[in-house]
Amino acid sequence: MPPPITLSGVSYTYEKGDRPVLREVDLTIAEGEIVLLTGPSGSGKTTLLTLVGALRAMQSGACTVLGQQLMGATESQRVALRRRIGFIFQQHNLLGFLTARQNVAMALELDPASSEATRLARAGEMLEAVGLADKTESLPGQLSGGQRQRVAVARALAARPGLVLADEPTAALDRQSGQDVVRLLTDLARQRGVPILLVTHDPRILDIADRIVAMEDGKVI
Amino acid sequence: MIAALAARLAWRQLLSNRARLVSAIAGVTFACVLVFMQLGFRAALFESASNLPRALQGELFLINPLTLVMFRPEPVARVRASQVLADPDVALSVPIYLAQTKFRNPDTGRQRTIQLIGFDPEAGAVSFQGLDSLTHALKRIDTIAFDRRSRPEFGPIAARLEQSGPFEVEVGGRAMLIVGAVSLGTSFGADGNAVMTETNFRRIVKERQPSKTDLVAIRLKPGVDAQAVKQRLSAILPPDVTVLTGAELIAWERSYWENGTPIGFIFGFGSLMGLIVGMVIVYQILFSDIATHLKEYATLKAIGYSNHYLRLVVMAAALLLALFGFIPGFLGSTALYSVVAKATLLPLGMEAARALSVFGMIFAMCAIAGLLAMRKLGEANPADMF
Ligand SMILES: Nc1ncnc2c1ncn2[C@@H]1O[C@H](COP(=O)(O)OP(=O)(O)OP(=O)(O)O)[C@@H](O)[C@H]1O
Ligand SMILES: [Mg+2]
Repeated sequence: MPPPITLSGVSYTYEKGDRPVLREVDLTIAEGEIVLLTGPSGSGKTTLLTLVGALRAMQSGACTVLGQQLMGATESQRVALRRRIGFIFQQHNLLGFLTARQNVAMALELDPASSEATRLARAGEMLEAVGLADKTESLPGQLSGGQRQRVAVARALAARPGLVLADEPTAALDRQSGQDVVRLLTDLARQRGVPILLVTHDPRILDIADRIVAMEDGKVI
Repeated sequence: MIAALAARLAWRQLLSNRARLVSAIAGVTFACVLVFMQLGFRAALFESASNLPRALQGELFLINPLTLVMFRPEPVARVRASQVLADPDVALSVPIYLAQTKFRNPDTGRQRTIQLIGFDPEAGAVSFQGLDSLTHALKRIDTIAFDRRSRPEFGPIAARLEQSGPFEVEVGGRAMLIVGAVSLGTSFGADGNAVMTETNFRRIVKERQPSKTDLVAIRLKPGVDAQAVKQRLSAILPPDVTVLTGAELIAWERSYWENGTPIGFIFGFGSLMGLIVGMVIVYQILFSDIATHLKEYATLKAIGYSNHYLRLVVMAAALLLALFGFIPGFLGSTALYSVVAKATLLPLGMEAARALSVFGMIFAMCAIAGLLAMRKLGEANPADMF
C-alpha cells in the first residue's frame, strides 16, 4: 500500500500574491498516522491543506493523495477524490435546515448505491459514536457549538474516508469542548485506522499526535 | 435518483424559510393569474368577435372584398344574390343586412348603439337560438327580436318579455315592438343585437338603398362539394364580391381583430409582463437563497458534491416553485374566469390547452430564473472553507 499522502517539491503562489506561499514542500503521511501541522500565522498551513484536499488546483510539484496524482488532475477527478476525504472546518458549516442526522446523511448521499434506510441508520450510528444519540433529530441551531462540531466530525467520518483533513476544528470552541472534539476525532480515527492531517495552534492537544510537523514561511522544518 | 435527492434537498431548503417560500409561491401565482387572465380575455374576445359569422348557416358567403369587419360592412349588390342561383348546385341565397343604430333603454332613457341584423328568418340561413318560434311574429310590421345576451345597459329586456310579453322600444328613432328574445352574444363591435326581417330593417335604416345588401348567405344542395361551387362562383362573379366558406368568413372576421387591431399585441404584451415580473421574483428568491447559503453550498462542494449537482438543486427549487405557484394560480384563474364571465358576458372559461401552455410558460419562466440564479453558485468556492 502506498502512503495516503506524499508531497514532493510542492510550491504555490496565489494569483494576487507576489511571493510563494509554499516553497518546495515535501511531506509523507503513513497509513493510520495522525499528524499535527503547526506554525505561525501565514506560514501556509491552510494553503497546504486545501491542496492536499483537492480544493485547489496544484501549480507545481507532485502530490499523491489516496492514489490520485493531483498535479494536473481534472475538476471531476478532484471532486471524486474529495468524496473519499473527510473534512472538518473551523466552522461546522452544517446545513441549517437539515437535522443532525440528515446533515450526516448528506455525506452518504454521494454514493448512489446506498439506500435511504441504510444512510439514515449509518448516520445514526455515527452520531451515537460522537455521543449525540439523543440529538439526531435536532437542527444545528438547537445545538451547542461543541455539539455542532461533533456532528461535523460524524459527517466527516460517516462515508468511511481514507483520510481526514481538519483545519483548526477547535477555533470556534472554548478550550474544554475543543479538546473533547479533537480527542473524539482522533479516537474514532485511530479505531478505524484513518490517517489525519490536522492544523492546530492549541499546544494542549499536541500529545494526541503520532508526529508533529512545523511549518515556517512556506517550508516544512 | 440523483435528481430526486437534489429535489428533496431543494424542497427542504425552500421549506426552511416559510416566509420566503410563501412570497415566492405568491409571486408565481400572481404571474400565473395574470397570464391566464390575459390569454383568457384574448381568446374570449376573439371568440365573441366571431359570434355572428358562427351563427350563420350558409355553406358559402358573398362579401365585399373591401369589408374589413362585419360591424362596418361595405355593401354588396343585392343582384349578386340572384346571380348565384344560376349555379345548379345552389339551393338558395339569402341577403343579410347589417347596420348599427341607437337603442333607447326603456327604463333609463339612455341611448346605446345596437347591431341590427336583417334577413328573411324563414329562409334558414341564420340559426340564432330561439329564432324559430319567432319567425311568424317577426313578419309583422315594426317588430324585432332582442338578443338576450346583450349588455345589461340596454335594460332588462329579456326579463320584462318574460313577465309581460311584447313591448315597444325606440330603435333608431322609431318605435319597434320587441316580440321575443334570441341568443347571440356580444362582441367587440356590438354591445347588443337586434334581429328583424329585411322589410323592418329598412324601416329603421331608411337611408339604405334597396339594391344594396351587406352579406349574402348561400345554401347548397345536399351532398355538394362547396369548394367546387366556390371556384365556379368566383370565376363567374365580378370582382366586387368575394366568395368565402363559413370557416373562411369566421377567419376573416377574427383576422381583423387579431391583426388589424392592437388587441392581440396588448394581451400578448400583458402576458409577457406577467412572466417577466414572475421571473424577477423567482430569481430574487433563488438568488438570495443561494447567497445566504453560500457557505453551505461551498461545504457541499468541499465534501464532494459536483457543480452539476448543485445546479440540479437550484433548478429543482425553481421548478418546485413553478409547480406550487401554478396550482393555486390555476384554481384562482378558473374561479376568476367565471366571475369575470358573469360580469362581462364574455365566453371566458378554463381550457385544457390553455392551462397546459400557461403551465409551460410558468415552467420556462422559473427555469430561466433558475439558470440566472445558478451563476451565483460559482461564488461558492470550497477552497475558502478552511
Ligand atoms: N486567497 C488568497 N489570496 C492571496 N493570498 C492568500 C490567500 N489565502 C492566503 N493568502 C496568503 O498566503 C499566506 C499563507 O496563508 P495560509 O492561510 O495558508 O496561512 P496559515 O498558515 O493557515 O495561517 P493561519 O495560522 O493564520 O491560519 C498568507 O500570507 C496569506 O496572506
Ligand atoms: Mg489557516
